[in-house]
Parts: sequence; structure tokens; C-alpha cells
Amino acid sequence: MAAQGELEVEVVAADHFVWSGAARKVNARTTNGQIGILPGHSPILAILEAGEISVEPVSGERVVVGVDGGFFSVDSNRVVIVADNARVGGSVTPDSE
Amino acid sequence: MGAQIRVYRQKIASTTSTRKIFKAMELIATSRIGKARSRVASALPYANAITRAVSAVSSQSEIDHPLTTEHGQVRRAAVLVMTSDRGLAGSYSASALKQAEGLFETLRAEGKEIQAFLLGRKAQVYFDFRGRDYEKVWTGSTDAPEFGTAREVGEALLASFLKDYEDGGVDEIHIVYTKFRSMVVQEPSVMRLLPLEVVEEEVTQEGDLLPLYEYEPEPEQVLDALLPRYIESRIFAAMLQAAASELAARQRAMKSAGDNATELIKKYTRLRNTARQAEITQELSEIVAGADALSAS
Repeated sequence: MAAQGELEVEVVAADHFVWSGAARKVNARTTNGQIGILPGHSPILAILEAGEISVEPVSGERVVVGVDGGFFSVDSNRVVIVADNARVGGSVTPDSE
Repeated sequence: MGAQIRVYRQKIASTTSTRKIFKAMELIATSRIGKARSRVASALPYANAITRAVSAVSSQSEIDHPLTTEHGQVRRAAVLVMTSDRGLAGSYSASALKQAEGLFETLRAEGKEIQAFLLGRKAQVYFDFRGRDYEKVWTGSTDAPEFGTAREVGEALLASFLKDYEDGGVDEIHIVYTKFRSMVVQEPSVMRLLPLEVVEEEVTQEGDLLPLYEYEPEPEQVLDALLPRYIESRIFAAMLQAAASELAARQRAMKSAGDNATELIKKYTRLRNTARQAEITQELSEIVAGADALSAS
């Protein structure tokens, strides 16, 4: 478990593991609009839009993950981002567009 | 007599060169298995996350989703059969097809029509040869499946499932694939894909308890978006398992073929030596006999 006040973030794509680590904040775009996840967020399950997710890790630089749709879940400071395709540091060009 | 030796020599030469092919194929299969197995493992986090999410949504909100409800009367069933593209994998494709035949039989006995979806050239050949109809076939990447193929398969199956019976739709979907248990055990098995049976696992630990999620947008939309993904991930997982099984089967088949070739070479070498010895003995006795005949005259 992550320490109090930290998010435990996991990013997985369909066929591989992408990134994981402790973070202070996660920004994502859902079908309803931008959402920022801070530690202590209530459990949520949301559909992701194609775009970029930015993760602010506890230490180090901001990580940007490009996704092409998927979903993410938050419960007790555990953030699981599940995308069909995901890539750290860039954008995934969606096949359909 | 020389002819016999020549025949054995030819046989030895040809067996040696086929053995080289077997050995090469065995090595290729061996080197790919590791990768295939790690792909099975690396698809797991996704599958787990999606399964967890699907069971959270479907257990917490009472939604009647078309994908999770049983059709009252099952009249037609789709079967997705996964075999290999290429042969030389022992009984891999044959046992998968046998399993499929068994399933066809049961389904027919239950009065259901069958719509076949095939994956792998071997299945296609099998169906073509028997003049049977199939709905759709995908070939070309059975030993290294891609997620894109899984998505196509998923979409095709889903489209068929959502159609009415009258329009050629199906009421349930089964998958026949080969489960990778270990390097030596691969099991042809059947899995029902749709309607989904979301397994509600018993909660044993506090941490396993699914939290009460908020949904964004609505639970229905979330489930709408999740279920096709869940199906694709199930299909992809089955494809990866099948690929690992195929490679393991091929490795084993090639290993035993190589061993047999070695055995044969040994046998032919013995026979060649015997023939050569017999020839020498005969020549000697001919010479001796000739000399005897000369000295006697």
C-alpha cells in the first residue's frame, strides 16, 4: 500500500504493463470532462476518452501517458488505468480516427 | 551388391537433412515459447483489472445488459475454434478440432444450430475439406497473436450475438482453445464466452471487497464500454494461451521427430555397414574361389 496521502498508480495496456508508481495527482479526461484525482478520492469507475493522462509522481518528473480509450478505477488511493493502447510520453494515434 | 549400399547412403543423407530441419524448428519453437508465455503473463494485469471492474459494476448495480442476460431459447450457437496456421505441431490442431467436434455434437443434441468461426488455417482446411460452412475465418498470426485480431474477432462475435435469430444471429458463443497448463500438458478446452457469467468470487479478505464505486457517466454506459473490452480480453487471453500451447506442441513434436530421425540414421548406418561387410566378404570369397580354381587346373 502506498503511504498515507499518496496514490498508488498502475497503468496497464491490453497486452503489456505500462507504468506503476506512487503519485501525488492524476489528471485524466473522461467522457464527462477533465477529472483530477487526489489522494483520498472516493471510489470511482470512469470511462476514459482518447487523449493524455498526466501523472505527477511523488518524486521525479511528470509522466504523460497517451491512451486511446479505456477506463480507470480509483479505490482507497489505488488508481488503475486500463487502456487498450497506452504509451508513456507520447500520444497513441487511435486506429479509428 | 553396391546398389544396396548406395540406397542406404541415400537414406542416411536424406534423413540427416530432415533431422536438421526438425532440430531447427524445435529450436525456433523453444525460443518462441518463452516469449509466448511472457505475453500470457503480461496480458494478465489488464484481464484482472477488467474482470474486477466488470464484476464490480454488474454486482453492484442491477442492470439488465444484453450481454449478460440469457436468451430464453437458444436456437443457434456460435463456436470459435482456435487451431494453428501451420502443421508440424503434433496433434495440436487435431485435438482442438476433436474437442470442437465433441462440442458440435452436444450442441446439436440440444437442438441448436451451429455457426462456426475459425482461427487458424488448419481449421479452415478441415472445414473446407468436409465442405462445411463457416461464418468467418482469421488466419496468419496464430503463433504470435495480436490484440488487433482479438478485437476483430470480438467485434464479429458480438455483432453476431446482438443480431436476432431471424437475421442470422446467435444466442450463445463458445470458444474452443487449447489451454497451456505446462510445457508438457496442453489441454483442449471449451469456454462459454456469451452470455457472460460474471463470476462473483467469494470475498475472503477485507482487501478483496469491492468498494462502492461512483460511475462516470452512468453505470449502464460504463458497462456498455466495459463488456466488449472484457470479451476482447477473454478472446485475446485464449489466443495467447493457444499460441503458447501451439509452440509447446510443436517443440515436442519436433523433438520426437528429431529423435526418431537419429534412431533411423543409426539403423541405416548399421545396415549399410552390414551390407558393406557382406560385399567385402563376398569379394574375398570370390577371389579365393578364383585362385583355388586357377591352382586346381
